[in-house]
Amino acid sequence: MGIDFTGGTLIEIGYEKAADLTLLRNTLDESGFSDATVQNFGTAKDVLIRLKLQEGVSSADLSAKVLEAINKKTTEPANLRRVEFVGPQVGDDLAQDGFLALLYSTIGILIYVAWRFEWKFSLGAIVATLHDVIVTLGVFSALNMEFDLTVLAAVLALIGYSLNDTIVVYDRIRESFLTFRNKTVEEMMNLSVNVTLSRTIMTSLTVILVLISLFFLGGEVIHGFSLVLLFGVFFGTYSSIFIASPVALMLGACPADLIPPVKKGEHIDNLP
Amino acid sequence: MQNHYPLWKNILVIAIFAISLLYSLPNLYGEDPSVQISTTRSEKVTQDKATQIEAAIKNAGLALKAFEFSEGKVLVRFTNTDDQLKAADLIKDQIGNDYTVALNLAPTTPSWLQAIGADAMYLGLDLRGGVHFLLEVDMDAAVKQAEERYNEDIRLALRNEKVRYESVAKDNGFIKVKLKAPEDKAALLTVLDKDFRNLELTEPPAQDEVWLKISEREQKDIKKNAVGQNMTTLRNRVNELGVAEPVIQQQGENRIVVQLPGVQDTTRAKEILGTTATLEYRLVDVEHDVQKAVEGHPPVTSRLYYEKNGQPILLSRQIIVTGDQIVDSSSGMDQDGRAAVFITLNGAGAAKMGKVTQANVGKPMAVVFIEYKTETKIVNGEKVRHKEKVEKVISVATILSVFSKRFQTTGLDSPDEARNLSLLLRAGALAAPVDIVEERTVGPSLGQDNIDKGFLSFVVGFALVVLFMAGYYKLFGMIANMALAFNVVIVVAILSLLQATLTLPGIAGIILTVGMSVDANVLIFERVKEELRNGNSPQASIYIGYEKAFATILDSHVTNLVVAVVLFAFGTGSVKGFAVTFIIGILSSIFTAITGTRMVINWIYGDRRVEKLSI
Repeated sequence: MGIDFTGGTLIEIGYEKAADLTLLRNTLDESGFSDATVQNFGTAKDVLIRLKLQEGVSSADLSAKVLEAINKKTTEPANLRRVEFVGPQVGDDLAQDGFLALLYSTIGILIYVAWRFEWKFSLGAIVATLHDVIVTLGVFSALNMEFDLTVLAAVLALIGYSLNDTIVVYDRIRESFLTFRNKTVEEMMNLSVNVTLSRTIMTSLTVILVLISLFFLGGEVIHGFSLVLLFGVFFGTYSSIFIASPVALMLGACPADLIPPVKKGEHIDNLP
Repeated sequence: MQNHYPLWKNILVIAIFAISLLYSLPNLYGEDPSVQISTTRSEKVTQDKATQIEAAIKNAGLALKAFEFSEGKVLVRFTNTDDQLKAADLIKDQIGNDYTVALNLAPTTPSWLQAIGADAMYLGLDLRGGVHFLLEVDMDAAVKQAEERYNEDIRLALRNEKVRYESVAKDNGFIKVKLKAPEDKAALLTVLDKDFRNLELTEPPAQDEVWLKISEREQKDIKKNAVGQNMTTLRNRVNELGVAEPVIQQQGENRIVVQLPGVQDTTRAKEILGTTATLEYRLVDVEHDVQKAVEGHPPVTSRLYYEKNGQPILLSRQIIVTGDQIVDSSSGMDQDGRAAVFITLNGAGAAKMGKVTQANVGKPMAVVFIEYKTETKIVNGEKVRHKEKVEKVISVATILSVFSKRFQTTGLDSPDEARNLSLLLRAGALAAPVDIVEERTVGPSLGQDNIDKGFLSFVVGFALVVLFMAGYYKLFGMIANMALAFNVVIVVAILSLLQATLTLPGIAGIILTVGMSVDANVLIFERVKEELRNGNSPQASIYIGYEKAFATILDSHVTNLVVAVVLFAFGTGSVKGFAVTFIIGILSSIFTAITGTRMVINWIYGDRRVEKLSI
């Protein structure tokens, strides 16, 4: 979790030459910031210092104190690039807002897909999407990266993207339901997934191309963002093929669900 | 199945493209480092003053690019930031306190573009550098202050009306009035009914007591006013700091966002924004023994204070004037070279000061510097807001002669302290203490870095997609690429028109739309290919491809839109920037990828016999 949600202080400084991390660590230790973590950020010249919310110390002017302590010890004055301080109240709020955003977007999409298709499809889409989010976050945390606001934005964008993929397949399934009356549900779904396959892969490829560019050239700040989307697009692509439709199938989706105005219900009961 | 667009549709698409191109143009022009000079008061910068400023800059040998004077404001453009900074210092020294000198980046957009309302995109703090503060207003303190005021007022009113009371004290949200004798209750109620109607009255069983409470509604008003007044004060203070284009907005019920583009000295900014400093003038009590007061027996009419050097001193309880009566102040040096604050009082303050000094010539008067400091600390895992009222006597001087409206105060530690104090006195006091709960500072070098990196990754990402599409879909791919470029132009134009804030995640949003908006074309082209495979004629394939893909494109884009809108509603700062570009990008891509590409394809393949499509 990044300071956006936990609260704390983050200071990014830059030097002309490679920074001496050990010296910085010792300096901070001596100056009473023993819980500070010091690491390189992007290049060896840039340093990121993280401080937790401290007991008994006012946080508002922490950054100034840290910088002062560092500049006393190093020969070259640090170039202050970025300071972020998030108080405990704000951290809680941001975490809550983030959670609500996830919740509302999921509900919004559930409703939209249920309205445009049917609840079984809607559930299939949500299962596939949740799968993407969970797997991506799993990989993300396995890499021990920091979860901040931009990463949350990426997760939400991922939800949109993964659904987009799923819906293209669903749309084709509906079309198949309408055109091929003599095939089984399974065959029709299979066919639909197959004809949309090239499109699914093409789109994923273009998105991956821009994400790779963003990941390698967009700078450290946006690393987490592009990484989440890179993984997400990868998982999202296979989940819309291998999860979304099978789930709808398992739930007993059939042509009658999508072809109005035949009465629903009756057909569902008759399914194997 | 004629692949033909009516004339109006062609014209519409071309017109939208032309307008978008026009409004995205300002972004190609750069910005000049410049200095902006305006007045803090209502009157404007005069022509004389402007000429004087221009001459001063030229005399100092600074190369100015342009000197603009209009609507009582002066804008001086420079070719580099060194000259800009030097000039700003020079101007500050020359023209004194009544003017605000702010560093600024003035756009070089030509005037004909400005005339049609075309401006460059508004860059967020992460791209231009600056500070973002989130301040939380301490609402409870505002209510407590009101209680204190009522407490004093009631006491004063009772004394004036000669109602004998035992005590008037605040207790747990109540103001409890205890009378000396129960017979006076009728008189007490008359006083309360006359002047304190808005307080809620409770009569406890004890006959000689009345409890008063500030009503819920008034408490709400007090809180609302506290935030409002704090915003006004903060705005004044920020103006005094000299920041071009500051943003001061209320967020939620009790928070205020302050964004100061280009500000680097965050320590000073924090000091200026957060402190609640004011002055009080009191007479020194020379009749009573200070030592006794230190031992714990202060006289009723006086209070014990400590001077800067730790010396105890007795000051009269009665305040001559307070900070709110100060209408203007400036800082400088007195005759002896000490840091001084020059003060001007309002009418009432001046009258009072005149009266008191007249009656007390030869006696000492003290200046008390009062500062409220709030800090949030974590004690045993709990957030505790710690408030401290620091009162120090900064100077004690003998009243040599009668003075009223204008006078000076010395005794400050440094010229800097004098400067800050005079600024705070000018800008007014905060109605309630504020606490910085979030801070994000971006240095100017990082800002430029972010722009460069964002731009580079955009160009490379765009180029990769263009190559890929052209390679895979040939001519159709090239048409999709045109639509893609068109889409970016529209996004930039709309961002510029709305003056929405562009942030680094916002740039990422544009890049992402580049990757995603080709999806619509991929859908269409794949469908066209499929129809061709099914044995349809090229013309029919184009027609069916577009027709059938349309519903899918709409459906799939709506999901992205839902997410983006939720993100916009809940996101803050830079994340909101992402949501904005993403929403605009998605919407305009539906237009460009469908209508735009169709128009070009119709031009190429429409209305003629086609054997083969280049797809």
